Amino acid sequence: MVDSNLSFVRTEMLQGQTPPLAERGIVRWMRINLFATPIDAALTIFALLLIAWYLPPVINWMFVQAAWVGPDRSVCATVAQGGIQPEGWSGACWAYVNANFKQFMYGPYPQDQIWRVNLVGIMFVLLLIPLLIPKAPYKVANAITFFFIFPIVGFFLLVGGWFGLTYVETPLWGGLLVTLVISFVGICVSLPLGIILALGRRSQLPVIKMFCVIFIETIRGIPLITVLFMASYMLPLFLPPGVTFDKLLRALIGVALFASAYMAEVVRGGLQAIPKGQYEGADSLGLGYWQKTRLIILPQALKLVIPSIVNTFIGLFKDTSLVSVISMFDLLGTVKQHFSDANWASPQTPISGLIFAGFVFWIFCFGMSRYSIFMENRLDTGHKR
Amino acid sequence: MASQDITPVGKDSAKVSLLNDPKVRGYIFQAVAVLAIAGLGYWIVDNTIANLQRARLATGFGFLDGRSGFDISSSPFLAYSSDSTYLKALMVGFLNTLTVAFAGIITATILGFVIGIGRLSHNWLIRKLCTVYVEVFRNIPPLLVIFFWYLGVLSVLPQARQSITLPFNMYLNNRGFFFPAPVFGDGAWLAGVGLIAGIVGALLVRRWAHKRQMATGQQFPVGLTALALIVGFPLLALVIKGFPLSFDYPVLGAFNLRGGSQIGPEFMSLFLALSFYTAAFIAEIVRAGIRGVGKGQSEASHALGLRAGPTTRLVVVPQAMRIIIPPLTSQYLNLTKNSSLAVAIGYPDLVAVGGTILNQTGRSIEVVAIFMIVYLSLSVLTSLFMNWFNAKMALVER
Repeated sequence: MVDSNLSFVRTEMLQGQTPPLAERGIVRWMRINLFATPIDAALTIFALLLIAWYLPPVINWMFVQAAWVGPDRSVCATVAQGGIQPEGWSGACWAYVNANFKQFMYGPYPQDQIWRVNLVGIMFVLLLIPLLIPKAPYKVANAITFFFIFPIVGFFLLVGGWFGLTYVETPLWGGLLVTLVISFVGICVSLPLGIILALGRRSQLPVIKMFCVIFIETIRGIPLITVLFMASYMLPLFLPPGVTFDKLLRALIGVALFASAYMAEVVRGGLQAIPKGQYEGADSLGLGYWQKTRLIILPQALKLVIPSIVNTFIGLFKDTSLVSVISMFDLLGTVKQHFSDANWASPQTPISGLIFAGFVFWIFCFGMSRYSIFMENRLDTGHKR
Repeated sequence: MASQDITPVGKDSAKVSLLNDPKVRGYIFQAVAVLAIAGLGYWIVDNTIANLQRARLATGFGFLDGRSGFDISSSPFLAYSSDSTYLKALMVGFLNTLTVAFAGIITATILGFVIGIGRLSHNWLIRKLCTVYVEVFRNIPPLLVIFFWYLGVLSVLPQARQSITLPFNMYLNNRGFFFPAPVFGDGAWLAGVGLIAGIVGALLVRRWAHKRQMATGQQFPVGLTALALIVGFPLLALVIKGFPLSFDYPVLGAFNLRGGSQIGPEFMSLFLALSFYTAAFIAEIVRAGIRGVGKGQSEASHALGLRAGPTTRLVVVPQAMRIIIPPLTSQYLNLTKNSSLAVAIGYPDLVAVGGTILNQTGRSIEVVAIFMIVYLSLSVLTSLFMNWFNAKMALVER
């Protein structure tokens, strides 16, 4: 039955041919991602033209033409404006940022005491990094140090007046230091306060629920500036005559209360997402209210809303810039304050300073958001639908 | 046998201490809370009264009738001068807040939808560009964006004499944006009537077309007809009356532009900054909303023979809107609240005007109370409107 008259039998396998040029490599990628349809192609060309039109001038302005170092405004102004640059020159004035860098970081903090700020900064970073790395050991001890011991040590170091340190009053604080102090305290206060408010809002007790709802909805309904106005103009009226509050402390109270209301709503979202069975299961095990909340409900609820919590932190961090409205000088306020410095006033100064401040804010916020995405993926134990 | 061992739980068998009874404990907690808050409130009020008396500050809203004595740079809707009352100054500020919030909401929505859809584009370049936009604007403070426009861009525009000339006799310089102002002559009211008639006609056509499509399945070009009606009727009215419409063109003078309408740099920078900043958040909401519609929906739609356009318009977007609307509402509220940042660049919104009054009169409690009332009512009104809209869009289930 075997047909032995076959004229040709291939004995070895054929090598696979490379796909045609249009179906491989960069060409294929471009065909799929850039030129799939005529409209797509038009959009791509439009976007390319846009980039070609705007990107080179921006790069030119930011890097090539920029004045990187210089003693005063002359490097950032054209001859007609009283500087040394040729007519028609336009470039970023990084020399301004360079010269005022210390001011932007510390504000008018006394020069010889800056090591204290740096020390606090180093402690902050050294404590924060192991806290952020999931595999690092001693999490509990680390967290306690970071959230309870560090603020106290940092307070004494920054304010001084004890242990032979000179007293530095808070009006001398400024720049990134104030921004970081306000956001750190705001974060440390708003998370626990927000959790308490959220629990209060979900409480069975009508009076407590009412108080929490009124507080949360009032704060959420008004702008932060109003809260800061309240903290700076009305808080002194509320206190017994003679008692005065530090201006920084007033801003801190305003920011922390504001952030707590938002945090409460975020946490409430997490609490609502926990199935009823979890509450009932905890009840059936005989756990009391606080045991149930602490051991069963909150760990699950907080895990669900980590992205939103970090978003609230980012919002808080950005909102600290508003304290410049009640004449406190955070990073943005300090940068803006120095625009009017006659030594550096030039048409390029404001935009360069603002780009620098924006870049600093952006790094912090972008870092936080990336970390939240990382944590979200790590903690994702498949509960999400 | 075993069942007899269980003693029935009666009232007298389980004597719980009153302190351990959840109900009683609840009452105790609430009583403590009420007492604590009432005590705090009493303490605050007492201190405030003592402080006010010590500083000899008067209280009450009577000061609102007083002469303001300061000028407001932008009051497009109300006639205001420094002789007007504080109340009027606050009204001007409130209207300015509404104006910038309204304009900002419209632009931010359009921009946000475009960028949000762009982030889902199949086109790699468009996708990346939109991502860059969102990541940049989401991560910097809105105040910085406002300063960027105000100090970085608009204040370095050329002087009035070297204004940048735009088409249609529009000019841009460091004093703002100038454009021709329409001047309505006699009989221009008919155009207004025509506009209303056009809108009513368009709504009627839409209703009729919907009914006809339900009955016969035939479609009617509603959009084009509506456009023709809304544009055509006012034009017709103008033609009948012999074009009683002229324009007051801005003219370049020796030092400044004369005539026309002007939008100041404060309004422009606030408006641009709020739009750009909020658009980034709206884009993320739109993206999440569209991604939230199950893939099966568009696949089913394709299976029914609908093409990409109708699939998006009739299947995906209506469902995505349900996810989009609630967070969109809170973005609108955020934009309205962020408009209070106007105080930083001197645009006379409610907070800026109120801040000036606060400094002049020292009535901090009253002024902050007005802020709170106004912003809370704005929030409530926006929420009510959006809830109504949301209910209209919500899934009608059996």
